[in-house]
Amino acid sequence: MHRYIPNTDADAKKMLEAIGANSIDDVFKDIPKELILDRELNVDGPYSEMEIINRMCKLSNKNKNTNDLTCFLGAGAYDHYIPSIVKHLAGRSEFYTAYTPYQPEISQGTLQAIFEYQTMMSNLTGMDVTNASMYDGATACAEAAMMAADKKKRKSIVVSETVNPETRKVLKAYMKLHNIEIVEVPMEGGVTDLEKLKSAVSKETAGVIVQYPNFFGIVEDMSEIEKVTHENKALFINYVDPIALGILKSPGELGADIVVGEGQSLGSELNYGGPYLGFFATTSKLVRKIPGRVVGQSEDVDGKRAFVLTLQAREQHIRRYKATSNICSNQGLVALMASIYLTTLGKKGIREIAMQNVQKAHYAFKELTKSGKFKPMFDKPFFNEFALTSDIESSKVNEELLNHNILGGYELGKEYSQLENGLLVCVTEKRTKEEIDKLAKVMEVI
Amino acid sequence: MYTGYDKLIFEVSREGRKAYSLPKCDVEEVELDKLIPSEFLNDKDLDLPEVSEVDVVRHYTQLSTKNYGVDSGFYPLGSCTMKYNPKINEDMASLPGFSKIHPYQPTETVQGALELMYELEQSLAEIAGMERMTLQPAAGAHGELVGLMVIKAYHEKRGDTKRTKIIVPDSAHGTNPASAAVAGFDIVEVKSNKSGAVDLEDLKSVLNDEIAGLMLTNPSTLGLFETNMKQIADLVHEAGGLLYYDGANMNAIMGIVRPGDMGFDVLHYNIHKTFSTPHGGGGPGSGPVGVRKDLVEFLPTPLVEKEEDKYVLNYDMPNSIGKIKSFYGHFGMMVRAYTYILSNGPGLKEASQKAVLNANYLMNKLKEKYYLPIDQVCKHEFVLGGLNKEILGISTLDVAKRMLDYRYHPPTVYFPLIVSEAMMIEPTETESVETLDKFVEVMNKIADEAKENPELLKNAPHDTPVRRIDEAKAARNLVLKWEKNN
Repeated sequence: MHRYIPNTDADAKKMLEAIGANSIDDVFKDIPKELILDRELNVDGPYSEMEIINRMCKLSNKNKNTNDLTCFLGAGAYDHYIPSIVKHLAGRSEFYTAYTPYQPEISQGTLQAIFEYQTMMSNLTGMDVTNASMYDGATACAEAAMMAADKKKRKSIVVSETVNPETRKVLKAYMKLHNIEIVEVPMEGGVTDLEKLKSAVSKETAGVIVQYPNFFGIVEDMSEIEKVTHENKALFINYVDPIALGILKSPGELGADIVVGEGQSLGSELNYGGPYLGFFATTSKLVRKIPGRVVGQSEDVDGKRAFVLTLQAREQHIRRYKATSNICSNQGLVALMASIYLTTLGKKGIREIAMQNVQKAHYAFKELTKSGKFKPMFDKPFFNEFALTSDIESSKVNEELLNHNILGGYELGKEYSQLENGLLVCVTEKRTKEEIDKLAKVMEVI
Repeated sequence: MYTGYDKLIFEVSREGRKAYSLPKCDVEEVELDKLIPSEFLNDKDLDLPEVSEVDVVRHYTQLSTKNYGVDSGFYPLGSCTMKYNPKINEDMASLPGFSKIHPYQPTETVQGALELMYELEQSLAEIAGMERMTLQPAAGAHGELVGLMVIKAYHEKRGDTKRTKIIVPDSAHGTNPASAAVAGFDIVEVKSNKSGAVDLEDLKSVLNDEIAGLMLTNPSTLGLFETNMKQIADLVHEAGGLLYYDGANMNAIMGIVRPGDMGFDVLHYNIHKTFSTPHGGGGPGSGPVGVRKDLVEFLPTPLVEKEEDKYVLNYDMPNSIGKIKSFYGHFGMMVRAYTYILSNGPGLKEASQKAVLNANYLMNKLKEKYYLPIDQVCKHEFVLGGLNKEILGISTLDVAKRMLDYRYHPPTVYFPLIVSEAMMIEPTETESVETLDKFVEVMNKIADEAKENPELLKNAPHDTPVRRIDEAKAARNLVLKWEKNN
């Protein structure tokens, strides 16, 4: 008997009798014999809980985690501080063992939490509406491009080379499905080449995608890009880091039509890449084109405030092949964690976190470039990441850092051939002066 | 316990309160506009709550009491496999060695994570009868999209570019046609016959050299096994198409019959259904995709490979469909699913057997007072057509809402579309016979109420945090965020 299966063999016998069957095989008699698997499954187990813990701990101990290593690695996944209460509250099983809120009367917890998430994300991005979540930043970006193409009835998307390379790869795979052309605009000095962008955007362009701060941590000047985009009646799509919005002008203020991004920074562990949180915000004008689930406020028969999934006429279970997207399950629990995180940090905290990121990153930048051994790759304002270069291969630098239990920066040469030996260093609020000083010291003698 | 709490967090907010503490910035601070030009900076306050830590804890705890999860009680939501979510899974996923690792760490520092992914892939492929799996898709619908992209890439590589259509049965999950559309295919619908199976004649009439493939759930959304499986597979393959398996109903057949052996070429799982990972109130899910041998080259990059005693990420796949998600998928869900598989081993078969037994038991008990359109042995779920016909004027929705008063999560209602007043019931293997008997008792009581006091059902629920909600108003008068004074 397995501990997750209550019915014993004696129970099963009684149940079979009750339905007029002789054996368990009788309830599988409709499956043609020649298809039946005539052997046991070749999978490991079964193990007791203690055995599982031993095996899993052994496996997890083969990994070096960010408690063992001091993390200066970012590039789309960030080692931020997570308040203790996030895990405790999201760990309430009424939240995490529930399905999608199809029965709103007994799902007001999930629905209200999403409504509050929509509110906070809309306020942070400066947009009118936010959906209930997408799989991750990259797929949210691809959905934004699809929405732009659909809205504008145009078949071309312009994307800057300073957008996260992983995100651009996902974008490429999605756009190919609809024969939507992707025009990549090269960078110049760490930012989108404005002249090349101007010649790339045309009346055929459905949307223009730029990252803010960009993949190199640089805060790009968006005003010209926005102008060119809207002059051509294309949609201005911003891929943003929500933590940076603690101090930066909101994309809404910059004229964005769609704001997407990776919300892992808002209370999620690194988790070796997932689950993370895609967020998707837009303007009231475009709300009926938005993909995925949206929670709206209404009232019940007694006039009491109540929340419910709304605009379902866009969705797959109603519209089938005419749906605005095929997304069904999204990142409900991760959105809840982001809500709890944003609530906990609140008005002052998000700003303070963002400030500490900027200050510590700039301190690190100063220390690491002091001797001239490592040089800044670009000369532009940045948030919490910056690119360095030197005569030493970046992989060699990282190897040496790892010997000192430091997780070094992202090796830019992997995705940007012109940035060989480039190292993208990330400094979050979690890094201390002592850790930064140690990093500088180790790098100095490589 | 629900106490009547009805505040939004913004209404709890009071100026000056805070719920966080950060260490003092220990590096020398420079004025912000000396680091970033002031025209890029936000000069306004953020519009976020100001609350104390106790406020946050009370708020979300109160919200949780307005929710219903598998831990709260029976959750027979058809097609969603709401089985018990083992607690050990959660503990394992939060081990720092799994939760605190960065996706771009050098592979030699994450050998344990890669080994887990490799082993999970092997197990999932074995259960499916497939050659290899990608663990990258984020959810079932995402898996469908990836599987269809693989099918597209297969035909394209063969130069067979005419194949632009996907066949989907009229009983299929809504995600099937939606995913096919997102994948850039046109959709051809094939009819179901009286017993809910694919109509072979109708299938023959739509098969031709423009068909890229057929998407099928087996057992079907009616919970019935497609007995003509072999003919369907042969027909589709003879016409040059591929066969796609929607794994939503996999909980019926683990260790009993394998999609690969049934003739399927591509499949996706819903880890959050079959392999016990929690659904989180709407995700995160996980939707690994498996394929037969000659389709492996098209899977998304990277795959985890074992080279002697070392695990590596293989990006060298020139015919791959590319990347469909950042990094490697929902690793945290993979840890949970792997834990679940270890705890069951080959005993996964027992899980499927008991799930099917529970469904048949419940079906036989409920058909007395509810209409069972197809009365034959079912698999892990079955579909009722509402109350028996002599009770007029009471809809399936009314019955479902009344179930809320009795503290049950209702079944999936009004799906599949081919059964009117449908109630799709899936008990799963983690429910005891006593739970099922009690449920039958309540369902029968509701049927009696429908006759004796129909208003009780029409106005249900009576005893829930909120009662029936005006959904039309929500869609007409869109309020999608809180604003002062709304």
